[in-house]
Amino acid sequence: MAFALTEDRDKQLADILTRYPTKMGACIPLLHLCQEQQGWISEEVVLWVSNRLDLPPAHVQGVVTFYTLFNQKPVGKHQVWVCRTLPCALRGGVELLQYCEKKLGVHAGETTADGAITLRSAECLASCGTAPMMQVDKDYHENLTPETVDRLLEALRK
Amino acid sequence: MLKVTNYLTKTYGQKDGWTLAAYERDLEGYKTARQVLTSMTKEQVVDEAKKANIRGRGGAGFPMGVKWSFMRPHPTKPAYLVINADEGEPGTHKDRTIMELNPHSVVEGCIIGCYGIGAHVAYIYVRDELHLSKERLWAAIKEARAKGYLGRTPFGKDYPVEVHVHTGAGAYICGEETSLLNSLEGRRGEPRLKPPFPAQAGAFGCPTTVNNLETIAAVPTAFRLGCEEFSKLSTLHDIKDGGVRLFGVNGHVNKPGVHELCVGVTMRELIYDLGGGVLGDRPLLAVIPGGSSTPILRADEKVSAPDEKNPLHKWHDMSVLDVPLGVDTFRGLGTMLGTCCITVMAEGTCPVASMHNLMQFYRHESCGQCTPCREGSAWLLRITEKILDGRGTMEELDQLHDVANSIMGNTICAFGEGTAMPALGFLKKFRKDFEAYVKGEKTKAKNGTLAMGSEFATRMEGH
Ligand SMILES: Cc1cc2nc3c(=O)[nH]c(=O)nc-3n(C[C@H](O)[C@H](O)[C@H](O)COP(=O)(O)O)c2cc1C
Ligand code: FES
Repeated sequence: MAFALTEDRDKQLADILTRYPTKMGACIPLLHLCQEQQGWISEEVVLWVSNRLDLPPAHVQGVVTFYTLFNQKPVGKHQVWVCRTLPCALRGGVELLQYCEKKLGVHAGETTADGAITLRSAECLASCGTAPMMQVDKDYHENLTPETVDRLLEALRK
Repeated sequence: MLKVTNYLTKTYGQKDGWTLAAYERDLEGYKTARQVLTSMTKEQVVDEAKKANIRGRGGAGFPMGVKWSFMRPHPTKPAYLVINADEGEPGTHKDRTIMELNPHSVVEGCIIGCYGIGAHVAYIYVRDELHLSKERLWAAIKEARAKGYLGRTPFGKDYPVEVHVHTGAGAYICGEETSLLNSLEGRRGEPRLKPPFPAQAGAFGCPTTVNNLETIAAVPTAFRLGCEEFSKLSTLHDIKDGGVRLFGVNGHVNKPGVHELCVGVTMRELIYDLGGGVLGDRPLLAVIPGGSSTPILRADEKVSAPDEKNPLHKWHDMSVLDVPLGVDTFRGLGTMLGTCCITVMAEGTCPVASMHNLMQFYRHESCGQCTPCREGSAWLLRITEKILDGRGTMEELDQLHDVANSIMGNTICAFGEGTAMPALGFLKKFRKDFEAYVKGEKTKAKNGTLAMGSEFATRMEGH
């Protein structure tokens, strides 16, 4: 089936378009809506967005490739991001990432075989005062211990 | 001097502290914006704002009021206020607390700011990862709109103001203001050449002021107290560094956190009085004063300012730990105040591994537009990695300086300096450690520790 936004998201788009003096202003918010709906930005989505906002496909593609958070290929059902940058590393961020790699049996950047979890390392997530930390989908988890990590990862498998 | 205040943080930690009800109850919310809009002209607002001596909280420390005064009405184009909440500078964790715990201070600041600079729309650019921050800001905007504080006639005044939240999609460079503007317009977040400066041609080609989120959140308090009174809360009022601000402390301390304090506090006070001292009672090795782009200071460094005319003369021969954290005081120390969140490193932390960690960050985040930055950041990482792995030579150690120096001043935006300066800082302050790695006296396996005594790392030993 060809890509189209759900009715609800289409309404959100209408609201987004009122916020900017140009249609191009809606480009990043709209790409977020699309990714929320189908998990990643396919070529089809790029064409759909370029059509919807009257932008050249190359412009939309250029935006997608610039930003780390736009997935250019399918990813796992859940996203786990572990902060590795220095302030977190001073409090065990690197060990935390290794622990997750071992527990999940994947390297950072990979998805578990069951497709449940994509593990990635992140750069400073503005949570250095509560390190070590990780982001699971939309939520931050801070001041982590091995026990809380175990519980979090197990919950994602269910 | 350590003086704790709660002009902004009073709502922190309270039940529903982020709601309008809490803001109006605890912080006389929106009374100031009402008074400003109904009793002052826009010129008066800018003149008053200058007296607050609010130094930009985003890192560069430019005086907010002066920046506002650069805005000139354009015959045909509207003006915009853009709030920078991209908070991506490693070691910075302050703006997020305001968005989550006192979002109405941001909205009220935007109303006063828009009025002062002649804008009717403010965009708050929040990094995408901060979902709770976005949610709380939108909720605050909705509440303010429902009350008529935003919209066509805020507080009955015929001066429409709208505030929108815009998100990025994961790119540190979008914190740089012109890159942020490109991203706001729906483009790749690549920095723009200046001039034109945002005040001439910013968002959508229109006159624009870009303020950091904490900068704008300080505005209601400053106007409520009277801007001069606000400035005088700081012991650095005389050198035009005024008021109160958020100070963060992270890394190897017992109690990391964010504190609202009068400007004038020292690193020693932050580490030992508020941060509960260094983890495991270890001696202090070094501090990164305000985000990873600000050059590191060693704990055993002393101020050298024998000249009486030097603004740092008062602290001559004293430890750098006892100098008040200020924009100009820290510039005098050869580093920067930056975002005012300090990263503490205990003795035993490996400076080579630390620099390697940060160079990974800069390599990953260089947007690739300028060759010296794109190639230079890759070289800095590659050579540091070789040295850390015990494969580096003395020539390569010297090459690190050359690479860093060839980035400085040769890029469109300050990301280049932000990469080169901390690299040169590590090399200068910890030359001996780098040499020890080259000579094989130190190795990554034995000495490359970062997580000194932190709970998670200790628990992982032997896993
Ligand atoms: C590479 C780079 C990243 C930056 N990141 C941020 C940021 O995350 N947040 C911020 O407020 N300012 C950031 N800045 C500074 C902005 O360019 C700008 O100076 C600031 O938003 C102005 O606001 P202020 O005057 O209130 O500080 C960054 C600058 C550079 C060069
Ligand atoms: S370094 Fe991990 S959140 Fe800042």
